[in-house]
Amino acid sequence: MTPTLTGTKKVVTGNHAVSYGAMLARVQVISAYPITPQTQIVELLSEMCANGTLRAKFIKVESEHSAMAALVGAASAGARTFTATSAHGLALMHEMLHWAAGARLPIVMANVNRAMGPPWSVWTDQNDSLSQRDVGWMQVYCESNQEVLDTVIQAYKVAETVLMPAMLVLDAFVLSHTAEQIEIPDQALVDRYLPPYQPVYKLDVSDPRSFGALAPPDLYMELRYKMHKAMEDALTEWARADEEYYELFGRRYGLIEPYRADDADLILVTSGTVTSTARDVIDELRAAGRRVGLLKIRVFRPFPAQLVREALANAQKVAVIDRNISFGMGGIFAQEIKSALYNAPDRPLIFGFVAGLGGRDITPTVIREIIEYTESRDEPEDLIWVGVKR
Amino acid sequence: MRNFTLPERELMGSGHLGCQGCGGALAMRYALKALGEKTIVVIPACCWTIIAGPFPYTSLKVPVLHTAFETAAVAASGVRAALDIQGDTETTVLAWAGDGGTFDIGLQSLSGAAERNENIIYICYDNEAYMNTGIQRSGATPFLAWTTTTPEKTPKSEPKKDIMAIMVAHRIPYAATATVAYPDDFIRKVQKAKSIYGTKFLHVLAPCPPGWKAPSEWAIKLSRLAVQTRVFPLYEVENGERYTLNEPKDDTALPVSEYLKLQGRFSHLTEKDIQAIQDLIDKRWQRLLRQVRESA
Repeated sequence: MTPTLTGTKKVVTGNHAVSYGAMLARVQVISAYPITPQTQIVELLSEMCANGTLRAKFIKVESEHSAMAALVGAASAGARTFTATSAHGLALMHEMLHWAAGARLPIVMANVNRAMGPPWSVWTDQNDSLSQRDVGWMQVYCESNQEVLDTVIQAYKVAETVLMPAMLVLDAFVLSHTAEQIEIPDQALVDRYLPPYQPVYKLDVSDPRSFGALAPPDLYMELRYKMHKAMEDALTEWARADEEYYELFGRRYGLIEPYRADDADLILVTSGTVTSTARDVIDELRAAGRRVGLLKIRVFRPFPAQLVREALANAQKVAVIDRNISFGMGGIFAQEIKSALYNAPDRPLIFGFVAGLGGRDITPTVIREIIEYTESRDEPEDLIWVGVKR
Repeated sequence: MRNFTLPERELMGSGHLGCQGCGGALAMRYALKALGEKTIVVIPACCWTIIAGPFPYTSLKVPVLHTAFETAAVAASGVRAALDIQGDTETTVLAWAGDGGTFDIGLQSLSGAAERNENIIYICYDNEAYMNTGIQRSGATPFLAWTTTTPEKTPKSEPKKDIMAIMVAHRIPYAATATVAYPDDFIRKVQKAKSIYGTKFLHVLAPCPPGWKAPSEWAIKLSRLAVQTRVFPLYEVENGERYTLNEPKDDTALPVSEYLKLQGRFSHLTEKDIQAIQDLIDKRWQRLLRQVRESA
């Protein structure tokens, strides 16, 4: 099928790209609480609800914990639901993130990656979302405003298929407040891609059921097994949703995206907006004859371990850039990649770099230094702090 | 005895897991009799998490959403929003929480829902402590009561939080107290709540035989005595302003000792302690009478 491009071009920020994505997905219940740098997402959605562009109930709650609790109620009653948050807001939601996943509710949320306090910071890093790694939410890290919008729509498709909630993640300010030209897809086409949410079970007075009741030990583990199976299925469903999206809208992103990596001796691994900077550096080094490539991790949960293994199979060295830190261990993407590769027959040497915490820029120079450091060492290092004043 | 017929419909099965003589179990039975089958119940962590029955059983013939401890009012708000956007404005959404989930951990989200005037009924069945976890003091535990975290040598030194005053201060359309000893009053209030748009709050005293250290056949007796001693007067407040006193109507109240002496949780009290409680109850009663008078 020939890709059909019928959308309209518009210059929007990453935050507003999220809002347009939610609008096109025809979300029915929104619940949110203000937090920088997310707030613009829900401001525009409030406007859309007010002027009738979007037919949805917007519950303006008194905390992020309540935002997620409201959506748990709304999704249990069969509505398509949306919220957005960041950093401390996401941390406050933690309990209800477990609840949404355990209840198998396909809630979609945008999290604008912001560093955790103290000290207070509003700038980007990934410790907020990665602290929620094990709650049972899918996590997708976006690189551009177009990808942000497209990912909102794809996220509903996948979440409602596998019945697990999904979080799309975008960098504070670098994406959230930066305007780019994007294509806003045609509503009729989005409707074709994403039909209304029709849950098999919901709170329904004509079919009364109990949701979330106490489960004894002989049942609990099976429910957790099913959640994990759903996450495994989600790997296939993300690929399928991405392909279907490509057929209708002409854009696809993959779960991971290898870039000039086929014959690379050294592969840099990135997520989020660092990827765009890294792509330029790779092009520059390739032009100079260096065999370097790039691997972008887009879908982090479920972790596409097999795809990562294949993408890194022929590299001698891998340099992972983590805009996050698990204190006492190291960068989290590096840990995940090491874990995915450990049982592979041929493993590259893996170097873990922690950079750009609290919004410090990861410039082309920083990325060149990371590549040069990796090239110059024979022994891998688990944790290299980039640019820290000691 | 007044002429009163209890609605015959039973939306609560007898196979529930409440303790013998649980006031909270009877309260749910009455509430559902009043509301009917077009009701969705939202239950946070509380005794009713257990009473409703473990998966795959349920003791209720209406849909139940179990949710986290502090989220009854807001999860109910979410259910309401989802029903409304799908065109169902008829079904009642009932948040059903204990005193811990209402007075303490759930107060923030309850206040938020009340401030937004969410179209829900919120019923707090108040057994005056964290009974499900084994009788620890809550903000609803009465002055000088024993609990496992307020042992007899240091019983609760603060009076019970005035949850009705807090809810009335939100100027919600309807707030009322009720007990299972006055089923006609109870059911009338729940039906009245159902007929009003906005946030409706019912504070129901729910005697707990194990937690109050009283025989299981005394739930009704204790509920009635709580009213007759003015410990728990029955009244309604509309729009945060209009107070109506329902019970006790006459001027002659029983002394508070009649209520206290039946409960092991008060068995350590001295005469002086009992007088201190009586003074507190009298003061609150006078305030209530003033509020009723001033709003007349």
